[in-house]
Amino acid sequence: MSDPIVKMVDIKKHFGPVIALNGVSFDVKAGECHCLLGDNGAGKSTFIKTMSGVHKPTSGEIMFEGSRMNFNSPRDAMEAGIATVYQDLAMIPLMSVTRNFWMGREPKKGLFIDFDKANSTTMSEMKKMGINLRSPDQAVGTLSGGERQTVAIARAVYFGAKVLILDEPTSALGVRQTSNVLATVDRVRKAGIGVVFITHNVRHAMAVGDRFTVLNRGQTLGTAARGEITPEELQDLMAGGQEMAQLEGSLGGTV
Amino acid sequence: MSETQPAAGGQNDPAPAGGPDDERIKEIGGLRQWLIRPELGGIVGVITVFIFFGFLAGDSGMFNPQGILNWSQVSAQFMIIAVGACMLMVAGEFDLSVGSMIGFAGISIAMFGVVWGLPMWIAILITFVICTAIGAINGLIVVRTGLPSFIVTLAFLFILRGFTIFIPQTVESRTIIGGIEDAAEGDWLASIFSADIMQWLFVLMAEWGWIDTFTRGTREGEPVVTGIPMLIVWALILVVVGHTILTRTRYGNWIFAAGGDAQAARYVGVPVDRVKISMFMVTAFCSTIFACCQVFEFGTAAADRGILKEFEAIIAVVIGGALLTGGYGSVVGAALGAIIFGVVQQGLFFAGVENSLFRVFLGVILLFAVILNTYVRRIITGER
Ligand SMILES: Nc1ncnc2c1ncn2[C@@H]1O[C@H](COP(=O)(O)OP(=O)(O)O)[C@@H](O)[C@H]1O
Ligand SMILES: [Mg+2]
Repeated sequence: MSDPIVKMVDIKKHFGPVIALNGVSFDVKAGECHCLLGDNGAGKSTFIKTMSGVHKPTSGEIMFEGSRMNFNSPRDAMEAGIATVYQDLAMIPLMSVTRNFWMGREPKKGLFIDFDKANSTTMSEMKKMGINLRSPDQAVGTLSGGERQTVAIARAVYFGAKVLILDEPTSALGVRQTSNVLATVDRVRKAGIGVVFITHNVRHAMAVGDRFTVLNRGQTLGTAARGEITPEELQDLMAGGQEMAQLEGSLGGTV
Repeated sequence: MSETQPAAGGQNDPAPAGGPDDERIKEIGGLRQWLIRPELGGIVGVITVFIFFGFLAGDSGMFNPQGILNWSQVSAQFMIIAVGACMLMVAGEFDLSVGSMIGFAGISIAMFGVVWGLPMWIAILITFVICTAIGAINGLIVVRTGLPSFIVTLAFLFILRGFTIFIPQTVESRTIIGGIEDAAEGDWLASIFSADIMQWLFVLMAEWGWIDTFTRGTREGEPVVTGIPMLIVWALILVVVGHTILTRTRYGNWIFAAGGDAQAARYVGVPVDRVKISMFMVTAFCSTIFACCQVFEFGTAAADRGILKEFEAIIAVVIGGALLTGGYGSVVGAALGAIIFGVVQQGLFFAGVENSLFRVFLGVILLFAVILNTYVRRIITGER
């Protein structure tokens, strides 16, 4: 297979006395969806924030396209081609879809924003992702959760992301919206972008993942490719032991 | 916001993938669409006060040329500080030191230009530099400490007012400094705050009999309104420039973003701190323009000028549809709020109503505006 676009080696991150990450290695290749699984508090968000330049790792190496990288800000990572859709803060609800889509990289015509271009591009990019906006002036606050995720993903893809990081994009969504977002992930991956998909839902991971890495209390137990691991095994790894398996047994495997 | 464009392809196109009906945006009716324009409250308010005072004070001279000039000037004063307050509020912050800054800037001009005898244009420039620097300090403290701007600028409300009294009191043993007119005589920079422009037009209008002329005294034959005061010109310039920056430029987009959700804005690379600090500087700049116009009109500077102006500015901005929580607002709306203030304050005067009722009006209209805005916010964000 091809070389990874981003390779993270033995990343450690401490927040004062809190050890959020204790030696995590992870990589993502073009055109694959690499799922990062873990329970709440496992360190998933912290890990991808080191990948996207929000946090500096306490120790460890970040390789980008084969060379060592040192991101000083999210902007650096963005310019290199690492785009992130954050779990909590992806969009500004009071602002229009267009303004959100172009935020930070507004097209200019002379001194002013080129709204003709901005609006028409936003409409057509959203259409490619399967969403017909009624108007590019629509405030993002009026979109559904899934649509908001899609705006953020479309934005990242349009601006030439090589790696797209999605932090729990499906955790707050209903069934239907979830399947839309998963379809979008699939579309993005087929366009040759490396997707890092974070979730604590094994079924969502299984639906789109090519490889799976489980994070537990700031550590990983290695990476498995599709077909090498069953959903039950993933679930066990996330729970970090036998309790969950027992619980699951008693619940009839529905967790 | 930008012009509305029809959805490309129309809404009946089959979605390539996903996008079932329940994911679509619900149709927002024409009325609701219009309701969420930030300027709505301002437009309705302006129409209302004009009709109201048209009945109440229509024959009092409020709507003859002198009357119009009178309330236009008062409105323009409110407008100048409302523009700064609006842009700052959209960026998610407040400045409670606006009134103190007005007093401080006026005394600064008088101290440098009259007491210490510098050429007036230098005194004005120094004052602009000092005041915008203080605005920057306000902003820096807010951004660096993460404290609410309410507290930081409340501190500056007192600090600046204190110095404004202390400095002339110590140096000159008085807190009102006159002689500014003489010191500013022929000064090019002072004149752009005090001149009346388009005087020829008013002479013409007087000839046509559209406006009255003085019938006695040294100015016999001159029109009663000699021209458009620079105060009004400044107000209009600030409104146009402020509105254009906010709605049409990249920087304006960042101002909305900084106030709408600072963290989300940072994640996409918006320099939020820089944007906020610059808006504190804009507010201070507007306060200084206000002070210049006032000082050169009155010919004096006094240490008690500008008291309560910060609240009037904020109320005008809120009437103009801005959300106190930031991220949403309109400079044009704020300007309409300022017009409402000017018309009501002077209208009460023309109608011979006790002036203290203006304060009652301010309080009542503030409540109404905030309630309306909260409702509008729910519509925009789809909160319930
Ligand atoms: N900025 C921070 N300061 C201190 N502790 C933090 C910080 N960010 C995260 N943590 C801690 O690191 C751990 C992992 O958090 P997080 O990465 O958000 O987990 P996840 O996204 O997997 O739910 C948690 O115990 C959390 O409290
Ligand atoms: Mg998380």
